Amino acid sequence: MITVERLSKRYGRHTAVEDVSFHCEPGTVTGFLGPNGAGKSTTMRMICGFTPPSAGTATVNNVDYRQLPNPGRQVGLLLDAGAQHPGRTGRETLTLSAKIMGVPRRRVDECLDQVGLNAVAAGRRVRAYSLGMRQRLGLAQALLGDPRVLILDEPANGLDPEGIYWMRGLLRDFADRGGTVLLSSHLLREVEAVADRLVVIGAGRVVAQGSRDELLAGTGALVRARDPEALRAAVDRAGLPVRSSTDGGLLVDAEPGAVGQAAADSGVALLELRPAESAGLEQIFLSLTAGDSVREAVK
Amino acid sequence: MTIDNTSTSTAVSTGPGAVNRSGSRRPADGPGADLGRPSLLRLTGVELRKLADTRAGYWLLITIGLISVAIMAVMLIFTPDADQQFANFFALAQVPVGILLPILGILLVTSEFSQRTTLTTFALVPQRHRVVLAKVSAGVVAGLISALVTLGTAAAGTLIASLGGTDDLWSAVPGPLLGAAVFQVVSVLMGIAFGLLFQNTPLAIVLSLVLPIAWSALGGMISGLRTAATWLDTGLTTAPLIEPPGAGELGAGQWARLGVSVTAWVLLPLVAGLVRTMRREVS
Repeated sequence: MITVERLSKRYGRHTAVEDVSFHCEPGTVTGFLGPNGAGKSTTMRMICGFTPPSAGTATVNNVDYRQLPNPGRQVGLLLDAGAQHPGRTGRETLTLSAKIMGVPRRRVDECLDQVGLNAVAAGRRVRAYSLGMRQRLGLAQALLGDPRVLILDEPANGLDPEGIYWMRGLLRDFADRGGTVLLSSHLLREVEAVADRLVVIGAGRVVAQGSRDELLAGTGALVRARDPEALRAAVDRAGLPVRSSTDGGLLVDAEPGAVGQAAADSGVALLELRPAESAGLEQIFLSLTAGDSVREAVK
Repeated sequence: MTIDNTSTSTAVSTGPGAVNRSGSRRPADGPGADLGRPSLLRLTGVELRKLADTRAGYWLLITIGLISVAIMAVMLIFTPDADQQFANFFALAQVPVGILLPILGILLVTSEFSQRTTLTTFALVPQRHRVVLAKVSAGVVAGLISALVTLGTAAAGTLIASLGGTDDLWSAVPGPLLGAAVFQVVSVLMGIAFGLLFQNTPLAIVLSLVLPIAWSALGGMISGLRTAATWLDTGLTTAPLIEPPGAGELGAGQWARLGVSVTAWVLLPLVAGLVRTMRREVS
């Protein structure tokens, strides 16, 4: 269980995180979404006591992370797969952590096996690892203490599609067995497939949060026609509010049935008509990302 | 909620019958062993392991050993027979080790920052001062082992020298060994202190070599600093620890001077470095 209450972090005049609150329950996967630089990593570092918050509190299992006696046994962390000593072998990296946590040596091999790093890979120095292998090693390290809570920052980075699919299964399984997962990503599609809950953050603030179904449902209909202008006119004529348009299609704040009726009444042939689902969230997300990339370009 | 009792918030001990999520036995050492705070002994063991488990650390240790052996060989071949005595062998063996041990101490600390393994170390041990304490303890152990290793090589050198027939080469061991132990431990700890203070490998290595030398040079040149130098120049204050005759047999005044210089060069940077490490944002 992770509880974040009104967390803020300011660096001088720059506000990295502002008044962020959310809650992760056992048995759920919470997707922490936001463009690069939105404050995801800063929030996660504050949860783990790496960064002192300017205001607010964060607890894991109702305790300040820094007060956990043996944190590795309760919380598995993967904040940066690149933060491993390149001169150590994968197995040695895990062995050091296992010794600190007091877990038996065989657990090291179990975890290496679980993340798909074979004996040859485990005996190699981390220097020679690809980013995907480092992510797997980082995940093995997070799982090492058999924790009930996982906090993962962009764990899918560098994984191939098969690896991403595998990781989804692993996280889903972990949560289904009563674990709590918080994972961040800047890719909506990546998180959508595994998360039960979503917390969307932009420019340091939470812009949307709730269950995935809640956030993805009731966002209207996505409709596409061969003649977009005729479609637009038809929808306007029916008095249906158009929220936004995507590549050649319209996002309409109405039931798909109503939209279809409007098109039929005006004799417009449709190419596609479906519940918008994530399209609404994607719009929020795209607008966040767009603003952010502009800011990054200006920096 | 299907989560089992081992996930509760505080350090609840896991009974022998505790099961994990998958239904199998939790891989625990025993009841209560797993959720408790890692002991300082355990952390010290881990830090000692870190000294040797990378290529850089491993070869630094090998180099220290090889150099002390090489010094013996050079002395056996090139110094006059009269000087080939245990006290001299042992004293000279301290010199290269005294230069390399601070580097060992520096690397033990700075490699964590430069390779960002602090992200793991401080995640597993959020009470950062305990990590620092473990590194200091590991440094003390390394210094003591190093003193014993130089004792071994010096003894071997003396044995070889005594093959020539003379047998009055030996002198008392306890004094020099104590002196060497203090000298080596101070050397490692100075490295750890500089590493903690600067948190940057090249900077800490250069400053740990340059600052004492610069201070010695100043003390030698400026007469007004001469009195201060006898209290603060570690080159001068540690000399009685290793220089024969009577190495390691310090008078009260010499201990006091050593204490003051160690406070200035080891204790102060260690405390400042500890404060910096506690406050530093880890990323």
